[in-house]
Amino acid sequence: MWDTIFPYLLSGISVGGQYALIAIGYTMVYGILRLINFAHGDVFMVAGIIMVYIAASGLPLWLCIPLVLLITVAVGFLIERAAYRPLRSAPRMSVMISAIGVSYMLQNLVLYITGGLNKQYPTIPGISDTVAIGAAKTKVVTVITPFLVIILVVALVMLINKTKIGMAMRAVSKDFETSQLMGIKINNVISMTFIIGSFLAGVGSILFFTNYPTVIQTSGAMPGLKAFVAAVFGGIGSIPGAVIGAFIIGIMENIIKGLDVILFKAGVISAPLGLATFSDAFSFALLIIILVVKPTGLFGEKVTDKV
Amino acid sequence: MNQKKSKTPMIITLVLVAAIYVAVFIAEQTLPANSMLFTVLKKGATYALVAVSMNLLNGFTGIFSLGQAGFMLVGAYMYGIFTIPIAQRASVYQYFDGGMIQFTVPVIVAMILAGLAAAFFAFLIGLPVLRLKSDYLAIATLGFAEIIRAIFQWNGLGPITNGSNMLRSFPSFNDFNIRDGQGNVTVYLSTLIPFLMAGVCILLIVLLINSSYGRALKAIRDDEVAAEAMGINLAHHKRLAFCVSSFFAGVGGAMLAMYQTTVQAKSFTSAMTYEILLIVVIGGIGSVTGSVLSSFLFVACSEWWLRFLDEKQMIGTFEVPLLRNGFRLVVFSVIIMIVVLFFRRGIMGDKELPDLLSRRMKSEGRRKK
Amino acid sequence: MKKLIALVLALMMLVPAFSVADDLPVIKIGVYEPASGDSGAGGKQETLGVQYANAKTPTVEIGGTTYKVELVMADNGSSTDKAPSAAQKLVSENVSVVLGSYGSGVSIAGSDYFKDANIPAIGLTCTNPQVTAGNSHYFRVCFLDPFQGTVLANYASKELGATTVYCLGELGNDYDQGLITYFKQAFEALGGMVIVDSFPTGTADFTSYLTNATGYNADVFFCPVSIAYSTQIIQQASAQGLEIAILGGDTLDSNVVADADKGTNVKVVITTFYQEGANAEFDEGFKAWLNENPDMMTNNGGNDVISAVSVMGYDGYYVALAALQAAGSTDGAAVMAALPSVEIDGVSGHIKFDETGDAVRTSAFVKTVNNETGEWQFVTEQTVD
Repeated sequence: MWDTIFPYLLSGISVGGQYALIAIGYTMVYGILRLINFAHGDVFMVAGIIMVYIAASGLPLWLCIPLVLLITVAVGFLIERAAYRPLRSAPRMSVMISAIGVSYMLQNLVLYITGGLNKQYPTIPGISDTVAIGAAKTKVVTVITPFLVIILVVALVMLINKTKIGMAMRAVSKDFETSQLMGIKINNVISMTFIIGSFLAGVGSILFFTNYPTVIQTSGAMPGLKAFVAAVFGGIGSIPGAVIGAFIIGIMENIIKGLDVILFKAGVISAPLGLATFSDAFSFALLIIILVVKPTGLFGEKVTDKV
Repeated sequence: MNQKKSKTPMIITLVLVAAIYVAVFIAEQTLPANSMLFTVLKKGATYALVAVSMNLLNGFTGIFSLGQAGFMLVGAYMYGIFTIPIAQRASVYQYFDGGMIQFTVPVIVAMILAGLAAAFFAFLIGLPVLRLKSDYLAIATLGFAEIIRAIFQWNGLGPITNGSNMLRSFPSFNDFNIRDGQGNVTVYLSTLIPFLMAGVCILLIVLLINSSYGRALKAIRDDEVAAEAMGINLAHHKRLAFCVSSFFAGVGGAMLAMYQTTVQAKSFTSAMTYEILLIVVIGGIGSVTGSVLSSFLFVACSEWWLRFLDEKQMIGTFEVPLLRNGFRLVVFSVIIMIVVLFFRRGIMGDKELPDLLSRRMKSEGRRKK
Repeated sequence: MKKLIALVLALMMLVPAFSVADDLPVIKIGVYEPASGDSGAGGKQETLGVQYANAKTPTVEIGGTTYKVELVMADNGSSTDKAPSAAQKLVSENVSVVLGSYGSGVSIAGSDYFKDANIPAIGLTCTNPQVTAGNSHYFRVCFLDPFQGTVLANYASKELGATTVYCLGELGNDYDQGLITYFKQAFEALGGMVIVDSFPTGTADFTSYLTNATGYNADVFFCPVSIAYSTQIIQQASAQGLEIAILGGDTLDSNVVADADKGTNVKVVITTFYQEGANAEFDEGFKAWLNENPDMMTNNGGNDVISAVSVMGYDGYYVALAALQAAGSTDGAAVMAALPSVEIDGVSGHIKFDETGDAVRTSAFVKTVNNETGEWQFVTEQTVD
């Protein structure tokens, strides 16, 4: 039984870790701006495309990776400056629409640059190799992912709890106006949030595309949506919540894909039911259930509306 | 101020709308039938209805829903399922022994069924979801659209939905043309009919908006708590708006099916919802006139006027740089971003055509004095 | 300065003089192919065949007049909701005949637009029977899925010795699901067992589906999916050390797929329309043409390996020309009337239509990837009794 389930768990943990890195970006931006940054999944995809083109230019890989992260951070920073900052005083819906517009634009831009063709992600020596864990075989990156996620999250939590900018972030997410009155430079804090979010999306994209090495303009849409679901599931605004939510979503999704086999082997069913069809739908069903039962998610704080 | 609301702008508006219909009819009889113009008009009329139905929610009730594509999918499938001719069913449902449903209904009945089915789904979804606040509601409805898509593609429902395979052979817009015995078209109606369909539906929405219900919805949009204090039943009104909007999205889905001539669940993605949302924003959130205008502009730009950007163009012997497949969409999305960032009120803001006319008449009147 | 201007002007005058065909009357052939989306890579390669044929034979004599053939491209975006306006664009440009598309779904979606405008269409590699069934305007030069499914089932059972096959297709894709259905029918008739799974559009993570195949103890992994998904599947199969063969349909016949399989231990076997080397003259000409045009080389995936879809595009173009000549007119309806009796000896074999408008095909090529060189190797030419 364990041998049957283990490979699905492994896939789930790996993809969950990658969702987690994207989900942190969603949850931090939402915590501070109350904005669903629909373009975040596309930033993740753009990071993948940048890697493809930089690697194709012949630069050595040890230079490519920091360069990709740097450009991704710049993209995230610029998006905030150009598309969200001018709308700071506008209704929240306008900003969300602007985010959808940015997402649409990034996808179309990549469609134009790539000519609509899939791009092969470069192989990164070391983490692209195959490794055997028990009966299951997988890429090294699958094993690295959860540990890397934990290291990054611990570093991030330390940053938020121990540093001055971290304190400012907490203050801004608690009360936007008051923190402004206290002399916090709101714009710097928001830029920093986008920089951190994009950096993590960049790291996530390297892990994700090393595992699933094809990039196309729509590559970011589904992982982005799933990561957002994970962020809501874990309680939006909470970083540990987003990470745990992402792992749960990733694992559940892969269990659903393999549920037919698991049940079949356990002798519960005699013929496959085709449940794998619902692997995506299931994540969304889970989202709606949690929203209805506990709208603040697993670890979210209760917010009361002031009239 | 507005006590003596003049009826003249209203009449002028009606005359203008009537003139548009006559123009469409004449254009259709005189211009070549294969002109791109008619494709744009047909798709534009369809999108206009869907955009107005979305505006009813987002603009007039303040419910930020992103489930439009899901409701359109339900409508499109209902229409397809009930109108494919019996003789064609064996071929369309070839993997499911001709399917389960072995009767057809007239087009108009199928369209109403499409709306009702979408409204029914909306009712079910609304029960849990409408209690949620703005962004959560958006993401929950987006999720529901994805779930609906997966259900309609499931092979287990194949005898009804044809599973992963497309529905086709149902009556399309071109079947509204009147033909003589030899099959030659005598009167072209393939553009006028969708205009009439969309027109009637939009008229119904406008009537709703201007009724006491509509005023209650606007009150909810402006301030939920105050509206509740005034005795407006929030849950009831929100559900009503959600179901009505979905009803018309379903009808719009049926029209989209007629336009596309085939239906496949795969194409009703969240990208479609975003497109419609952008149409609403460009037209002006809270303006029916704006949504209609921007639908036609949006469709014309994306399908027709900007298409030259996708091909190599020569000015004399000079090849214009950058032009190749996909450039159209880049230019298009830049235009959209400019509107979203700098012309936030869209084409019409929250004004309607009669409002503009009456303002104009007022200023002219002042000048005369 | 004046001299310079004069020189430039003189050069500009010369330009039209080089293209002699410019003053000939023009006949338009529509190319209805995806240039973006999941099938973008395949669509581009198919278009290359048409473009090469057009470069080779840019004019056609119809009823005593020589016409210049102009190709009108329309990108259907591999998606049925973008297909109508792409089809309508071709109709509004008054093309005489349409070639395409790669992918059966978009072909069906565009079908009614061509029908209403009385324009015949020639399907190049859309293998789903629904494309031509029940209409008189859609023709096709390739084989059909019931045939292909049977060939694949026979091969899996007899050559690979499979008893259990795990099939994976994209949810909502007519081509994948159709071919899997026919494969299942044929394979079960041979006494085997078939398990079918579907993945949602946009899936990147296929690891669990590969685990499923191992879990069912399948002997063959059958995935007739588009190029984008099949490269993912092959690479992830390699990482997971999948030991069973991956079987695919004509969509996998692309150098992009072969490249993905290069250097791995995954065995990939497919059925297709053409095998490089079968017609040396075409192969040499096509490669030379690709090497002269860097843009075209990019569209072919960056090298000059010939994909069968390009061959089908090439043959389709000559079928269209033959039909135009037989019709003696550029009118769509006349071409449509002439098409059923058109016969040509194409690169992919003799092409002759049956009463539904499908080319009569009795054999398919089976190919496999050489894991070391990343090239397609001929295995056998399979026929069905």
